[in-house]
Amino acid sequence: MSSIPHAHDPAHGHDHGHDHAHDEHGHHGGYGGIMRWITTTNHKDIGTLYLWFSFIMFMTGGSMAMAIRLELFQPGIQFFNPDLFNQFVTMHGLIMVFGAIMPAFVGFANWQIPMMIGAPDMAFARLNNWSFWLLPFAATLLISSFFMPGGAPGVGWTMYAPLTVQMGIGMDFTIFAVHLLGMSSILGSINIITTILNMRAPGMTLMRMPLFVWTWLITAYLLVAAMPVLAGAVTMSLTDRHFGTSFFNAAGGGDPVLYQHIFWFFGHPEVYIIALPAFGVVSQVIPAFSRKPLFGYASMVYATSAIAILSFIVWAHHMYTVGMPVQGQLFFMYATTLIAVPTGVKVFNWVATMWKGSLSFETPMLFAIGFLFLFTMGGFTGLVLSLVPIDIQLHDTYYVVAHFHYVMVAGALFSAFAGVYFWLPKWTGRMYDETLGKWHFWLTMIFFNMIFFVQHFLGLAGMPRRVPDYPLIFETWNKISSIGAFGFGLSQLLFLYVVLKCIRSGEKAPDKPWEGADSLEWTHLPTPAPYHSFETPPVLK
Amino acid sequence: MMSGKSLHRAMLVAAALAGLAACGLAQAIEWNFQPPASPIAEAIHTLHEYVMILVTVIFVGVFGFMFYSVYAHRKSVGHKAEQFHENTTVEAIWTVIPAVILIFIAWPVTKTVIAQKDTSAPDLTIKATGIQWKWAYEYIRGEGEGINVVSELATPRDQIEGRAPKGEHYLLEVDNELVVPVGKKVRIITTAADVVHSWWVPALAIKQDAIPGFLRDTWFKATHTGTFRGQCAELCGKEHGFMPIVVQVVSQEEYTRWVADKKKALAAAADDPNKKWTAPELIARGEKVYAANCVACHQANGKGTPPAFPPLDGSKVATGPKAGHIDTVLNGRPGTAMAAFGKQLSDTEIAAVISYERNSWSNKAGEVQPAEVKARRK
Repeated sequence: MSSIPHAHDPAHGHDHGHDHAHDEHGHHGGYGGIMRWITTTNHKDIGTLYLWFSFIMFMTGGSMAMAIRLELFQPGIQFFNPDLFNQFVTMHGLIMVFGAIMPAFVGFANWQIPMMIGAPDMAFARLNNWSFWLLPFAATLLISSFFMPGGAPGVGWTMYAPLTVQMGIGMDFTIFAVHLLGMSSILGSINIITTILNMRAPGMTLMRMPLFVWTWLITAYLLVAAMPVLAGAVTMSLTDRHFGTSFFNAAGGGDPVLYQHIFWFFGHPEVYIIALPAFGVVSQVIPAFSRKPLFGYASMVYATSAIAILSFIVWAHHMYTVGMPVQGQLFFMYATTLIAVPTGVKVFNWVATMWKGSLSFETPMLFAIGFLFLFTMGGFTGLVLSLVPIDIQLHDTYYVVAHFHYVMVAGALFSAFAGVYFWLPKWTGRMYDETLGKWHFWLTMIFFNMIFFVQHFLGLAGMPRRVPDYPLIFETWNKISSIGAFGFGLSQLLFLYVVLKCIRSGEKAPDKPWEGADSLEWTHLPTPAPYHSFETPPVLK
Repeated sequence: MMSGKSLHRAMLVAAALAGLAACGLAQAIEWNFQPPASPIAEAIHTLHEYVMILVTVIFVGVFGFMFYSVYAHRKSVGHKAEQFHENTTVEAIWTVIPAVILIFIAWPVTKTVIAQKDTSAPDLTIKATGIQWKWAYEYIRGEGEGINVVSELATPRDQIEGRAPKGEHYLLEVDNELVVPVGKKVRIITTAADVVHSWWVPALAIKQDAIPGFLRDTWFKATHTGTFRGQCAELCGKEHGFMPIVVQVVSQEEYTRWVADKKKALAAAADDPNKKWTAPELIARGEKVYAANCVACHQANGKGTPPAFPPLDGSKVATGPKAGHIDTVLNGRPGTAMAAFGKQLSDTEIAAVISYERNSWSNKAGEVQPAEVKARRK
């Protein structure tokens, strides 16, 4: 743990100009070394912990993705037996969704929300500590399922019943890990909601909050509403496995499709739990590098809320092939296509923000534009998939895999990269290497499309997802996709290097390195942000 | 300037990429849906093209604006930022226009959805049961009523594991194809014996989940004869990637002939469960049953892949009392991957496979007669 870079250290010792009074007598609550990180209640420390944790999970889930692509490099079974392959598929999904993407954005929330609303810290500082420290235990439980008799569950991240009943004890480990991860998310969300509603500086009205804060407020409500539903679904699977409850077993009066309904009632809001904070980051970055205010602030807030509400009434579009009545299919199809309206409003707003601005293309802006371009493609394939007849052809094929990676990777991950490059100077007091940052962007962009663009063709031509082997006609695209995956994975080591280089030896950053940035952390705080900021609320005009 | 070395390296990379592209072109490259073979598949093809044209035009339009901005409104060319924001007219337009476009998309799609769900008045009704990891077909109404076939992967394991060259229809070939007549409305009723599967034939544009304990239905009407291949689409465990679906669409005359032949063959193959078999006969038959049903998990050498799939060689079940062994094969082991074979296999087949397991590898535990299996069926 002690190797975890210390967000505050670089400035410490040679930059006392703006040091806070607390710094004089042990600014880390009296503990040093590892105990500082275990006992910390500081939002910045906890934000750092979340971000490093999610990066470790990103690399873990990423290596599983590369194992999957290795097996799929050519037809036939070469490296992993189908059982282990399914375990990789399952764990890759769970780790990336719950271990990498979600904690990454909670990390951003921890660092940024108090600074952006002029609050000294999060509302529940100790709860905040616990929310984070549940995660390493959850991750350990999740990954240790590989070493249980029978291995990790090979059921996919969706954990459909009744396949879950056939799994070994690793399934129980996974279920308990999901419980812990859910608990962490719910506690974190309660904290975020309370902080935003109660701790804004005087004059920081709701409609003056930076859009990132708005998207997190809405996301936190989604989490509080959706995570208990997931916990319910996996708990019902647990009792079906061990206590003969037959919730999802037709022979006992249950219904396997009930599981799918419950899961996707959580699962679709989950998509927006991941996407909305990403929208928030991009809505900070694009105006900053366009040197122009966000085009339609109010309509962005309304669009975000509309997306959040719609996300609760579209879940069954993941289940068009279960055999719903035609009325059900039509309802879910119409409701799903409606999401295109507020999503379109967002895309138009971002483009209109850039229009007639004064654009510059530092790494955060490159990732934000990459996000905008590729996320919109993911949005359009989403529209294609929302249409029942077309979805019936494409459901459970690689087209769907391509679609949700355009949303999750080009959407959420690109925006997380944009956020890291954007705020790294504020967090560390140092600038990252712009040339290497741009290399990271272009490598990531090219390899991403190499992996996933071709998967649209695979899905259209009829390759099912979650298979360890495939018919010969799919070989070419799979080869290209696999090469892209190795390139993508290796490119992320460059990201690690850029971040470490920035922390250790980056040039000193000015208080406001981005000309167009206008939220409180840039305008009212020195760089690096002091360990305790806004102990007296800023004065907002 | 590039140094000689890096230039050389760049050329190598370019050559490698060109080589890759060339070997790609040498094979068939699939970009789109498989050629449609049913009216619904044709409708979906057309709808997809229609929607793709719409979204491509919108995409190019929106990003035309963005890239123009990226080109013309750069700080590096001295463009000064204007500070306008909020414009109710513009915002109303870009909310209403997409909503109108959606109506233009929803209208034709709705018609296809309704057609797709109309399973009434079929000429032929077939029940497809997903079983880990094969499909069982029962012709339950229409010409051919009473025919039952079990259809499973015909690709040899040697091809999958790289010990033999892969054939043309690698992973898309089965021992017993589903035979249906051309131009007739075929209703497929799906269900499953263990976990959720999904019955999918792309060219016919049907994909229907097969749900244990429930019946669901869908339909197709093939527009021309031919062989149409698909795969299970819902993750159903270890061999999910290895349970293809092959539909052979034939002319009405051929279908009538096939039905007659199939019925004769089924009658001839029906085993008398009271017949007494010799041990070598049973073991030889059992080896075939084992290869078709057991080998994926328990392996050809009987060593299994523990702990999920235990070994049979030297196992307590396969060398212990016959009753326990018969019960395990008949009823499966709830809570494990061991399926119940009682409904899929005849008494003779079960007796044969048990006899094979009890007398192979290091096991020497005597044969089991079909009558003994029959006696233990509940």
